[in-house]
Amino acid sequence: MSALRELYQEVILDHNKSPRNFRKLESANRKIEGYNPLCGDHYTVYLRLEGDVIRDISFEGAGCAISKASASVMSSIVKGKTKQEAEELFTVFHNLVTGVNDADGELDKLGKLAAFSGVSEFPARVKCASLAWHSLHAALSSNDNVVTTE
Amino acid sequence: MQGETYEESAVKQASVVMNAPGGRTTSTSYDVGRIRKDFPILAAPVNGKPLIYLDNAATSQKPRVVIEEMNRYYFEENSNIHRGVHFLSDKATQSYEAARVKIQRWINASSPKEIIFTRGTTESVNLVAYSFGRKNINRGDEIVISAMEHHSNIVPWQILCEERGAALRIIPMNDRGELLIDEYAKLLSSRVKFVAIMHVSNALGTVNPIKTMISMAHEHQIPVLVDGAQAVPHLRIDVTDMDADFYAFSAHKMYGPTGVGILYGRRALLEAMPPYQGGGDMIKSVTFEKTIYNDLPNKFEAGTPNIAGGVGFGAAIDYLDHIDFASFSAYERELLDYATEALAGVKGLAIIGTAKHKAGVISFVLEGIHPHDIGTILDDDGIAIRTGHHCAQPVMQRFGIPATARASFGLYNTKEEVDTLVRAIHKAIGVFR
Repeated sequence: MSALRELYQEVILDHNKSPRNFRKLESANRKIEGYNPLCGDHYTVYLRLEGDVIRDISFEGAGCAISKASASVMSSIVKGKTKQEAEELFTVFHNLVTGVNDADGELDKLGKLAAFSGVSEFPARVKCASLAWHSLHAALSSNDNVVTTE
Repeated sequence: MQGETYEESAVKQASVVMNAPGGRTTSTSYDVGRIRKDFPILAAPVNGKPLIYLDNAATSQKPRVVIEEMNRYYFEENSNIHRGVHFLSDKATQSYEAARVKIQRWINASSPKEIIFTRGTTESVNLVAYSFGRKNINRGDEIVISAMEHHSNIVPWQILCEERGAALRIIPMNDRGELLIDEYAKLLSSRVKFVAIMHVSNALGTVNPIKTMISMAHEHQIPVLVDGAQAVPHLRIDVTDMDADFYAFSAHKMYGPTGVGILYGRRALLEAMPPYQGGGDMIKSVTFEKTIYNDLPNKFEAGTPNIAGGVGFGAAIDYLDHIDFASFSAYERELLDYATEALAGVKGLAIIGTAKHKAGVISFVLEGIHPHDIGTILDDDGIAIRTGHHCAQPVMQRFGIPATARASFGLYNTKEEVDTLVRAIHKAIGVFR
């Protein structure tokens, strides 16, 4: 049960039950669909970009607890950040969930993202955790409007 | 040749008491404990727990006799089949062709020439769509499939329709997951040139009234392909009795190896069809001016096939042949009823697919918990189920859900395993409370 507890931490269960920024963003100037064709997880991420700054962010859609909580935590954490700061967080997060790098040096940057540390023990769930982040990355770096995990 | 191995096997012990005095007709003495001993993988723990394998609709486990027969082939007979004049090539050819005959008899086809080895059900369907389809489907024609099809019995027909300017028509289903036969009858117009339907639904467990549906199409002279991938592990298949024109299935869902499957085709149809792939083994003679194609079944078997897979498939058929299917069917029915009742008793759980006639497949959703999270939590207890859309996205759309969790039964599953499954589902509910 311990690996399971590590996966389904309180923060994740909370964000799954009451996702933050879970709505359509009327003032959005970027919108992207994130889709995992293997399992059907499907989200739309809305961004209000002002210059280099993510002024507002929201998401809609359906998927498992890991993907929904990840989108929710991401939305609260990158709001007000610059593009570059958001991309750096994605790298740190990606390292965390793939177990590439759990060096203490990065832990202080994680904040709430640390709740996803258990994902690395479940390779099949890495895509769930990173779907929203891939969508954000695509929204920030291109004008394509659909991103998949494949 | 393989006799000794399964003389030792316990499966012969299975028997059934039909119409037992004073009892119900389903009183069985199917010895699941003996069957379980035939499957080595069941003895290996998963996450420190005994494996409870409920993902049989994805692929079944393999009995020792199949694994050993494939090993034996590689140890003692490995060589390329057909055309070889040496000892090993002759042995390998005999084993491979013997498997073809076993499969022919198992499904009661009239000739081994009607048994085409493929990579699996998907390739079998594609073969028919490509070869029969391109020759016979034209602009304005219609192909009828059903609302519950697996992607492998949708996409090949979509590709064909797009290429030939034909249209796909869909037999709808009701909320229980049963095809609407009256609607099917209405679809069978003179424009329809082909019908492709699954025998048993992988996502819902529904057993379709295939014999009736074939005869309805035949009244309009429309040929029918049956996707039998999910039917072969649960039902005794008789292609002659059901009068199928094509019947596609895979070895790996019926206790054989992956990478090998069958297309059964009515001889006259197969003979009139052009080859699917060109290459070695499918020719009689080749010059740069003209190639004469080989006879059936070789015409459709270009290149070196999966020989060990074919031989292993033969061993799987031998294994099944020693199981009393009536006894197993009664046992499976009891297990399905038991599991259906146990799962239906879980608060917030809804079973998707409640057809009157079902095989041992239960798809379900839990209020407030995504199937993937259920799957991960069950896995922690050594329980293997499948979660997702089961390659049947239109079925998910029909029921307005993104995915389901699915438990599917095989020869070796037990009521005790169902009890553990139900306990683990309660644990998942606890995590998300």
